[in-house]
Amino acid sequence: MSIDTATAAKVAKLARIQVDEDQLPALAEEFSAILGFIEQLNEVDVDGVEPMVSVTPMRLKRREDVVTDGNQAEAVLANAPDAREGFFAVPKVVE
Amino acid sequence: MSELNKLTIAAARDALRAGDTTSAELTEACLSEIDAAGALGAFVHHTPDLAREQAAAADARIKAGDAPAMCGIPLGIKDLFCTKGVPSQAASKILEGFKPEYESTVSQNLFDAGAVMLGKLNMDEFAMGSSNETSVYGNAVNPWKAGNSDADLTPGGSSGGSAAAVAADLCLAATGTDTGGSIRQPAAFTGIVGIKPTYGRCSRWGIVAFASSLDQAGPMTKDVRDAAIMLETMCGHDPKDSTSAELAVPNFEAALTGDIKGKTIGIPKEYRMEGMPDAIEKLWSEGTEMLRDAGAVIKDISLPHTQYALPAYYVIAPAEASSNLARYDGVRFGHRAKLGQGDGITEMYEKTRAEGFGPEVQRRVMVGTYVLSAGFYDAYYNRARRVRTLIKKDFEDVFADGIDAILTPATPSSAFELGADFSPIEMYLNDVFTVTVNLAGLPGISVPTGIDSKGLPLGLQLIGRPWEEGDLLNTAYALEQAAGFAGKPTRWW
Repeated sequence: MSIDTATAAKVAKLARIQVDEDQLPALAEEFSAILGFIEQLNEVDVDGVEPMVSVTPMRLKRREDVVTDGNQAEAVLANAPDAREGFFAVPKVVE
Repeated sequence: MSELNKLTIAAARDALRAGDTTSAELTEACLSEIDAAGALGAFVHHTPDLAREQAAAADARIKAGDAPAMCGIPLGIKDLFCTKGVPSQAASKILEGFKPEYESTVSQNLFDAGAVMLGKLNMDEFAMGSSNETSVYGNAVNPWKAGNSDADLTPGGSSGGSAAAVAADLCLAATGTDTGGSIRQPAAFTGIVGIKPTYGRCSRWGIVAFASSLDQAGPMTKDVRDAAIMLETMCGHDPKDSTSAELAVPNFEAALTGDIKGKTIGIPKEYRMEGMPDAIEKLWSEGTEMLRDAGAVIKDISLPHTQYALPAYYVIAPAEASSNLARYDGVRFGHRAKLGQGDGITEMYEKTRAEGFGPEVQRRVMVGTYVLSAGFYDAYYNRARRVRTLIKKDFEDVFADGIDAILTPATPSSAFELGADFSPIEMYLNDVFTVTVNLAGLPGISVPTGIDSKGLPLGLQLIGRPWEEGDLLNTAYALEQAAGFAGKPTRWW
């Protein structure tokens, strides 16, 4: 499968990674090569085969629906690039 | 005692218990080696103060007679592990300045046993790479050199710093992680031992996530006995990881009898790749003979879906990575891009991720985004997960047929030069023998067994039944005894 630059631009947008216009052709070419490699999977007969969900058969564990943690606002914010008054700060999102 | 940094864990443990040395002495010996080994690029964050503090506590504990095997042993910790108050960047710019407020379960288990942390070790960015060349810190360098060449070689990846540090005796052992071969390939490239346990043996809590259904931590050590000792301390059930196995951890060292009489070892024909170098072919058949001589029954087996493991991996791993790495958004931790006039939150995400992620990480995140996107989810992601079911079934079938362990090469070549011009797919082929093991969730170990014509170490891989690391380690031990590999790199750093 060949990926065009418009598709490459769309994927970059979905991944929230800025890619300059002049980098798109090279990126599209790389995607095409990798997807070409992946296409081999089409040779495998997978009819009736379940997609793997868990590599070791196990039921997801459950626990009581109770608060087990909390009151650590300072620790949670300690690594934020911009934190103010107990909140993460980001550029304005609402006009 | 001289050259304390060169000791194995087992030898250091015995010397500590006998009072022949102290953890403080061991730690100082390693710290001065690390200071002199900047050219290897192995240690990227140094924690000498913490190490000295931990060593003093370990010495007090040993004196009091309460000394688990890992007590007082100086280790290097891969940068992928979150270590409280110590930079933990996964070798990425996007986690610049990140100092976790918590400790990963695996490093906590080691510290609870009295182990000493010398510092954090280099790796490929987010563990994505096979040569340690995608690190924001720069390359880690293999202590081994080829023949008379002075060219710097890769220590492998992604646990390249761990491999270089152990091979160069900068520490007694190191932690690694393995998503597609990231413990076993670098171990093979540097002449050391590395084991990836069964998925679920080691808690993933506090280890920066790459592909959560494949990631496992494991030890990288100077010999098989050390791997047994250190693995036992690293693993165990952890309620904080929902995929952590609720199984008792056996005494792995006690399993090392060296007796493999009557064990059945499978030799998979699909691992005999076209164009495989003669040295690898020879290493493999010699290893087979060693196990036969030790009393094992050798049986040819077939794992028919082997060739589809790498393409399945390069759908599943990027898909999981694209989801796991969505958290790096410039809001909660690490790097945030400088914003221009009028830039909003979308520009903040896009610029931060473009600046913070290196090219290989960007490539994988975008490939993952593509295979999960509407219209392609079934064709790529679900198909890959179906193929994964078949790959696992290949192994289940041979184990049901009475195979105890499988012997394969660990890598398709010895260590290559840093800066070699590989395409991404050529680089991915490094994992051709190791990646099946992650897809099937099995334990796998790389053991150094030979030297190629360039004088570089080569390793063989043994693959075991799920949860039977003890038996696997014992087979590896028998192979190690028979191979008698004792090579060490000549010091140039």
